Amino acid sequence: MKLKDEKDRLSYKNIWVLVEFTSEGTVHSATFELLGAARKLADDSGCEVWAVSLKANRAQTSPLLISYGADTVLEIEDKRFEGFNDELECSALERLVRKYRPDILLGAATVRGRALIPRLASKLHTGLTADCTGLEIDRETGELLQTRPAFGGNIIATIRCRDFRPQMATVRPKVMKVSEPNAERTGRVISETLAADDFLKIKQIVETVAETQSTVSLGDARVIVSGGRAMKGPEGFKLLEALAERLGGAVGASRAAVDNGWIAYPHQVGQTGQTVQADVYISCGISGQIQHLVGMQSCRTIIAIDTDDTTPMMQMADIAVKGDLFEIIPEIIKELDKTGNGKGGFEA
Amino acid sequence: MKIAVCVKQVPANNDAKIDPETKRIVREGSKAVVNPFDLYAIEEAVAIKEQLGGEVIVLTMGPEKAKSALIEALSMGANRAVLLSDRAFGGSDTWATSYVLAKAIEAIGGVDLILCGKQAIDGDTAQVGAGIAAKLDIQQATNVCKIERIEKDAIAVRRLNERGYDIVKLEYPALITVVKDINSPRIPKLHDARIARRAEIPIWKPEDISADPEVIGLKNSPTQVVKTAPPAPRETAALKIEGSPDAAASRLVTELLARKLIQGVHE
Repeated sequence: MKLKDEKDRLSYKNIWVLVEFTSEGTVHSATFELLGAARKLADDSGCEVWAVSLKANRAQTSPLLISYGADTVLEIEDKRFEGFNDELECSALERLVRKYRPDILLGAATVRGRALIPRLASKLHTGLTADCTGLEIDRETGELLQTRPAFGGNIIATIRCRDFRPQMATVRPKVMKVSEPNAERTGRVISETLAADDFLKIKQIVETVAETQSTVSLGDARVIVSGGRAMKGPEGFKLLEALAERLGGAVGASRAAVDNGWIAYPHQVGQTGQTVQADVYISCGISGQIQHLVGMQSCRTIIAIDTDDTTPMMQMADIAVKGDLFEIIPEIIKELDKTGNGKGGFEA
Repeated sequence: MKIAVCVKQVPANNDAKIDPETKRIVREGSKAVVNPFDLYAIEEAVAIKEQLGGEVIVLTMGPEKAKSALIEALSMGANRAVLLSDRAFGGSDTWATSYVLAKAIEAIGGVDLILCGKQAIDGDTAQVGAGIAAKLDIQQATNVCKIERIEKDAIAVRRLNERGYDIVKLEYPALITVVKDINSPRIPKLHDARIARRAEIPIWKPEDISADPEVIGLKNSPTQVVKTAPPAPRETAALKIEGSPDAAASRLVTELLARKLIQGVHE
C-alpha cells in the first residue's frame, strides 16, 4: 500500500509476526525466532509485537506466543486452515493487514512462508525482502533495514521499503536467536473469523504425505552431514545417516550423489537444491563445486573430510580432516558413542 | 492447452576458487545462461504440449541480450517467445517484475497454465512466481516436483515441503513453480537451435501490455537496495587434522566438544 503522506505513514503501527504451524499443529520453531527478533525491534522503536495466527485446531497457543514476546495475539481459528492453502491464508491475512495496518510484517523463510508471503506482498502492493539474515531499525528514519544474502551468499545486500507499507520480510530460519520465554508476560487476544470472500480461490488438498518423519529436515537442522560422489553409492549414505543420527542432524548431499540416485532430491544442498544455514556442516568427500558452495557457505562451522586437501571445500573448511572417510567416520561414531552422543543424540 | 513459461537470464557460475584471505568464494566469469530452475519449467511445458497439444509461449523481461535465453527455450520446443524490454522496466524489483509479467500474460490472453522455475539463482527470492499468481488472482503451487494428473478443468500437482509432499488440485488458469526433480531438460538438437536463432521475437514495451508506468522500474519499485557488501570473511584460523583414522577421529571429536559444537553427557 503506497504511502500518501506523513499522516498515512504514522497510521501504520506495530510489528507482526506470522505464526507458522507444523503439520502436527504445534508452533514451528522459526516462529519463536521471529518473536525474538520482533521483540528487539519493537523495544527499539517503542511499539507492540503482534503474533498473527491462522490456526486449524483449538489448542491454546496464545499464552505460549505471549511468553515468547508477543503483546497481542491476533487469531483466526478455522478447520479450513488444515493443510496449506496459499490462497485462503493470503486472503485472510490481506484483510487483517488492511484492517489493522501493521508497520512491519515478518514471516519465516520456510517453504510455506516463501509461497504465502510473496503472494501477500503482491496483493498488498508493498515491498518484500526474502530470506533476511539481519533486521534493524534505522535510527534516523525509523525504517526497517533488511539484510539478505544474494548471489548464493556472495553479496550481502541491505534493503529498505520507504514508500510502501507494511515493510515485509521473510527471515531465514536458524539465524535469529530465540529469547528466553517469560511465563509472567501478559498480553491480549483478538479473535477474528474468516470472511466469505476468503473461500473464493480455495483449492483442494488431495493428499498430504510425510516422508521424513524420523529425520530432521535440512532447513531445521542444527547439524548437517553431507556426502558427495566419494560416498560411492547408497550404502555410503547409510554411514552418514548413522553419524547424523548421533549428532541429531540431517543428511545432505551434493548434486552428483542425487543425480546418481543414491539419495532423494529433497536432500540436495546447493544451487539447484536447498540453501542451508546450519551451525555445523560436515562435508564428506564433497570437492566443493561453486554450485554446492553457494548453498552451504553460510553455515557457521564447516568441517570437511576428504583424501585430497587441495579441493575448494577443504580450503574453505574451518576444520579440514585429511583421510579416507570410510575409515574415519566409523571412528568418529565410536568416539561419539564414548561421549554419550550416541545415546539419545545431541541435547541443546 | 496454452502454457506460458516465465524465464530469467542469469550470470553463470564457473569454477569455484577460494580466497585464502577471506575464505570466501571468488566469483568468476559472467557468461549469461538461462536460470537453471527455468530449464525444468520449459521442459515440463514442452512435454505437456507434446502430450496434449497446444502452445508454449516463453517470456522474459530484461535487456536486449536476454533474447538468447528465449532462443534457447525455442530450441527446446517452445512455439513462440516474447521479450519485455524497455528502459521503463529497468531496475524493477520482484513486485514490479511480477506485475510486468502478469500484464504480458494478460496481453497474450487465454493462458491456462503458467510455469516458472522455483527461484532464480542470482536473487534467490522465489517471489516472482507467487507475485504473478497474486496479480492474476489465480491459484498457485510452489516447489512442484511432479505433475500427477492433467484434467479438463484442473491440474493435480505434487509440491515438496520440509517434511515430504502434498498433492493439490489447481483450477485453470493456474501457476506452478517447479524444482529440479520434475524432469531432465532436453539438450536442444543443432537443427532446432539453428531454426530458433532465426525466429522472430517481438519486443514488447509498457504500452504493448497496458502497463501502468507509475508502478514499474527502479523508481516505482517498493524496495530499494541501500547498499551491498561482501559477506564477512570466515574465521581464517583453519585447523588441519591428519594422521591415523582413530587419532584423527579422536582429535576431531575433542575439538567439536571444545568448541561446544556437540556436547558430551559426561561433561
